[in-house]
Amino acid sequence: MDFDLSEEQSLFKDVIGRLLAGHYAFAQRDTYARSETGWSREVWSRLAEMGLLALSFDAAHGGSGGGPVETMIAMEEFGRALALEPYLATVVLGAGLLRHCASAEQKSSLLPRVASGGLILAFAHTERQSRYDLHDVACRARRDGGAWILDGEKMVVLHGDSADVLLVTARTAGGRRDRGGIGLFAVDAGADGVTRRGYATQDGRRAAHVALANVRVDAVAALGDPEGALPVVERVVDEAMAALAAEAVGVMLALHAQTVDHLRTRRQFGAAIGSFQALQHRAADMYVAVEQARSMAMLATMMVAESDHLLRHRHIAAAKIQIGRSGRFVGQQAIQLHGGIGMTAECKAGHAFKRLTTIDTLFGDADHHLCRLAASGGLEPD
Amino acid sequence: MDLRFTSDELAFRAEVRGFIAAALPEPLRTKAALGRPFSKDDVVAWTRILNAKGWAVPHWPVERGGTGWDPVRQYIFLDALQQSGAPQMLSFGVNMVGPVIIAFGNEAQKRRFLPRIANLDDWWCQGFSEPGAGSDLASLRTAARRDGGHYVVNGQKTWTTFAQHADWMFCLVRTDPAAKKQKGISFLLVDMRTPGITVRPIQTIDGGFEINEVFLDDVRVPVENLVGAENEGWDYAKFLLGNERTGIARVGQTKEWLRRIRRIAAQERDGEGTMLDNRRFRERLTAIEVELKALEMTLLRVVAGERKSERGKPDPVSSILKLKGSELQQATTELLLEVAGPHALPWQPQQEDGWNEPPIGPDWAATVAPSYFNHRKVSIYGGSNEIQRNIIAKAILGL
Repeated sequence: MDFDLSEEQSLFKDVIGRLLAGHYAFAQRDTYARSETGWSREVWSRLAEMGLLALSFDAAHGGSGGGPVETMIAMEEFGRALALEPYLATVVLGAGLLRHCASAEQKSSLLPRVASGGLILAFAHTERQSRYDLHDVACRARRDGGAWILDGEKMVVLHGDSADVLLVTARTAGGRRDRGGIGLFAVDAGADGVTRRGYATQDGRRAAHVALANVRVDAVAALGDPEGALPVVERVVDEAMAALAAEAVGVMLALHAQTVDHLRTRRQFGAAIGSFQALQHRAADMYVAVEQARSMAMLATMMVAESDHLLRHRHIAAAKIQIGRSGRFVGQQAIQLHGGIGMTAECKAGHAFKRLTTIDTLFGDADHHLCRLAASGGLEPD
Repeated sequence: MDLRFTSDELAFRAEVRGFIAAALPEPLRTKAALGRPFSKDDVVAWTRILNAKGWAVPHWPVERGGTGWDPVRQYIFLDALQQSGAPQMLSFGVNMVGPVIIAFGNEAQKRRFLPRIANLDDWWCQGFSEPGAGSDLASLRTAARRDGGHYVVNGQKTWTTFAQHADWMFCLVRTDPAAKKQKGISFLLVDMRTPGITVRPIQTIDGGFEINEVFLDDVRVPVENLVGAENEGWDYAKFLLGNERTGIARVGQTKEWLRRIRRIAAQERDGEGTMLDNRRFRERLTAIEVELKALEMTLLRVVAGERKSERGKPDPVSSILKLKGSELQQATTELLLEVAGPHALPWQPQQEDGWNEPPIGPDWAATVAPSYFNHRKVSIYGGSNEIQRNIIAKAILGL
């Protein structure tokens, strides 16, 4: 039973923290957000140099042998800085899918390019009707000789606008909501028939609406079993939720610290407003919410390696619920305690609040996971 | 970072669970299953069973009867005990006055009192709160005036839990009326049979009699019953209040309550199905489970941290344990009240005391509403939740 980071891990955390501190002054972040990609190529190269883009890869693919704890550390630091880079889309989701189901050839051709920073991936999965159900896939893939033809539309593809390769789920067999019959395809973002409409998301990041019309891909584009991709998708989404939990903890820690700082310095009625008990108690409740979230992010991190997939999912879903609840409370109260300044775009607090709101929504909000968990027998079924 | 128990720890947990399952007497097991409160005799009997095994005061130093377990094993033991539904150890002795005597008492006091605490030969109660000194404990006015070899104590204590059972009371008294608030307070051990002590029961909203007023009228306490130095009692009281760290969250107990609620909900009809099929109910149950899991992980973080920190130095994070732990105990008793529905309504105080008449309604229902009402106390005692927020704001956030 040990919740501490090893010496190496602490060092790793410091290095990432310093890198981001050097590149993520608030004005700089705004510049990145307004750029065409919506994030910084320079920061991305630095992350590649540090080996962060190949964190969980095998050594053969340029990996540094990191595991879920290293991912947690990195995500928490990204959260503190409100970093905009497509780490979740490319490394956690994209490379995660490749690691778990691609063939040796597919891995060798794609993973080293991810590791060097030269390849951006995006996971094109959510559809108009699917909401948060991972098995609800209407987009179709049909065989045409040795090739596949893809048709359909994908919504809110995170960093889909700057991606070089889209990892697209498509139905190869069965009905729209069947668990079987879902395939996963690596589609070149510039392929004929792919139309991308990029846009900014509420949290200042980027995403795309992707339409696939008669998109023809080679047989080698199919990753793993073309009718059996769902378990891999579920696993990688669990990993992404654990990573988001860690990011949310970083966002909350920084936001809470900023809020407490404001309470110490802002004066009204001749005193620092932090001397008023109503506000002290709010700040204390926020602290409790952050620490409870941190505890669950740690649990989620540990559960990433759990081989019993039901146990893994139950606990990671529980973490997502806690993160959603804590994030909403901490975000809303941070704005309230900042007062008018918290409402302004020039104050970092609002940006953190918007990121927390987004994190809650990604892959299912607290209510979604609570309903599903309850329906499946709860967190501790008999 | 590795959040798993080692195989040694898992084996230890199995050993503890096995012992409790074999040693817990049948009548106590039945009471636990029905949610009935334990009597003084129950608590004494169970404490002596544990003491015979050498497990009554595991957290004390080995030379005073402790087991030498590290914080993780202490946690595993406490969690298993709480989950078993067995009576809780009498905290006033083993967690409160015991550690104070160990840390600040003299050798004669240690020899005289500690073995009797471990075996529950002496039942202790806590003389801290007064009518005018609740959250603002340091404003207490019960006075002790030195008269030769004695202190003469006058004043009134209140909310004194189980004073009706008590042989001894540890008591905060003012020994220097001229000194400022926190100065001039001393920590006295008072024999409850001393002339001048009157115990008056206070009935609580659940109908129970746990708490009392204790009047002290020219009570003569031998000077040898002073713990530590005169006028230094406030420091000992702070030590005592900060000392009950990981047990206060009662995570194991709440886990056991939730299992009990599941069992009952699976039997109680609701429409065409049972309460467990009721979607709203299941979601509330699951929401509590999630919060409890988060608290359990927070608790384990504190436990794991204790291995590295100095003993006896309270971690302010333990304020979270008290805050969330009490909220979840309350949420759980509230949920059971709702599962019981109309069966919670008959008031049957006699069912708590081994009455022979058959219960009205299901046998588990008589204690449900009283337990709900009674557990409003957990966010008030031991430093109210508002005081815990003050501690977090000041000690952790620096506000």
